[in-house]
This record gives sequence, structure tokens and C-alpha cells, in this order.
Amino acid sequence: MAVPILKQGDYLIATIQSALSDSGVLKLRDDLAERVGRFRSRGIIIDVAALDVIDSFVARSLRTIALTARLRGARTVIVGIQPDVAVAMVQFQLDLAPLETALDLEEALALLDQRNHVAAQR
Amino acid sequence: MSQHNGEMTIAIASDEDVVPARAEGRALASELGFSKTDATLIATAISEIARNILVHAGSGRVKLQPAFEDRRYGVVVEANDSGPGIPDVTAALREGFGTKGGLGLGLPGAHRIMDDFEIETAVGRGTTVRMTKWRGRDELERLRDKQRAGQ
Repeated sequence: MAVPILKQGDYLIATIQSALSDSGVLKLRDDLAERVGRFRSRGIIIDVAALDVIDSFVARSLRTIALTARLRGARTVIVGIQPDVAVAMVQFQLDLAPLETALDLEEALALLDQRNHVAAQR
Repeated sequence: MSQHNGEMTIAIASDEDVVPARAEGRALASELGFSKTDATLIATAISEIARNILVHAGSGRVKLQPAFEDRRYGVVVEANDSGPGIPDVTAALREGFGTKGGLGLGLPGAHRIMDDFEIETAVGRGTTVRMTKWRGRDELERLRDKQRAGQ
């Protein structure tokens, strides 16, 4: 199932709706990289609240998405990691760095605004 | 997918099969009274192990089984393939070893979070990973079960 991507001002919001298959993860990466260019987006928010498992493949894919988007000029923030998923990720030593994370959509929007504002002032 | 005496076997032939395998593992863990966090750890371990089958062998199966003992209940996961086998198991359990699409954390991660973990492998013949996560049953739980059985 394709992940819906919404455009909200300068940002793209991708909400993962159910457990993603590997091919779904790769499609999301390509869709986001393409749309960052089409909409000249400055930031991407990926909501993973519906993911009940984040394993090493998904962690790596999220990093790849973020690094790809960064090269296209957009920052990525991951939101909605469930508490038990967070515990499992620590146990498996899965690290999302250099990705930024936020608790929810509101926090992520504030974080992106702040980053872009700081960048604009320079 | 086949079921027999609470035992369930899930064929792993494409990445689409990983999702039901870990969903069944989570369901079994919840049935056996594991916490949501432990159920997620088990589901993540199944996900890593099923993905190893796909990446290294192409296809195989994951067998899930409950284990009942007086003092503990367990989820037994057996992943089996007829792939190339693992030439150096010690190295495969070391972090950062795997290179095919993961972080090299899958097998070491599963090894770390499961209580029992064994690998049987022969180069050219295949690999079987058998791992179990246990949940201790306290006095109260065992007493209640005995009372229920006596009624």
C-alpha cells in the first residue's frame, strides 16, 4: 500500500498507515525524493506511529530517505515512535542518527520552522 | 500458513511474508501473557530473522511455538532455510558484520534480546536459528492456575 504524502506549505507530511513491506519503504524513499524537487519542499515529516516494529531494515531505510532528502535540500523529522518500539530500538541498538525525531506532528512542525528560521537569518 | 497444536509455520518467500510472521509472533506472545514491550521485542527479533532468510537464502520458513513450564512460559521461534549456510557463526553474531541491506545488527540484536539462542548451520546446506524468550510465572499466577484446574 502506498504511503500518502501531503503537502503542507514548505513541508511534506508522509503518514505510514500500516506495517510497511520492504518494497513499500523503497517506494516511499523515491516518492519523497521526487516530491521534494517538485514542490521545492524544505522539510519532511514522516509519521511512524502506525509501525508496530522498527527493525534494522526500516531504520536503515528511514536514514536513507533522510540522507537522500537532505541532498535535495530538505530536512527530515521522524515522529510518533511508539513507547514499546522505542524500547525495542534501544535493545537492538538501532540508531536513527543523523535523523531528527519529535514526539508528534506539532513538535515536528515547530522544529522544522525553527531550523528554517535559523537558516534564513544567517 | 499452517497451524497444529498451537504451533504455526509461516512460509517466508517474499518481504510481504515478514509482516504476518511477526504479527503471529506478537499475538502468541500476548496470549502467553508477555508485556507489550516484550511482545514488540519478540516481533522485532522475528522480523530480523525472517529478513535474514530472504536476504541470504531467498526463502524458508518461520515456526512459532508456545512452551509451557510450571515456572515459565516461552515463545519459541525457529527459522529454517536451505540457503548457503553461515561459514563463521561467531563473526555473524558480531555487530556490524552483516552487509546485505541491514545495519549488521539483526542477528546480534536477536541474540541479545532472546533468552535462548542457537544456530545450526552447514555451508551449502542451510541454517536453522532456534530462539526462545521466556516469561517467569510468579507464585500468585501458578497458585491461581492450580486453583482453576482444581475447580
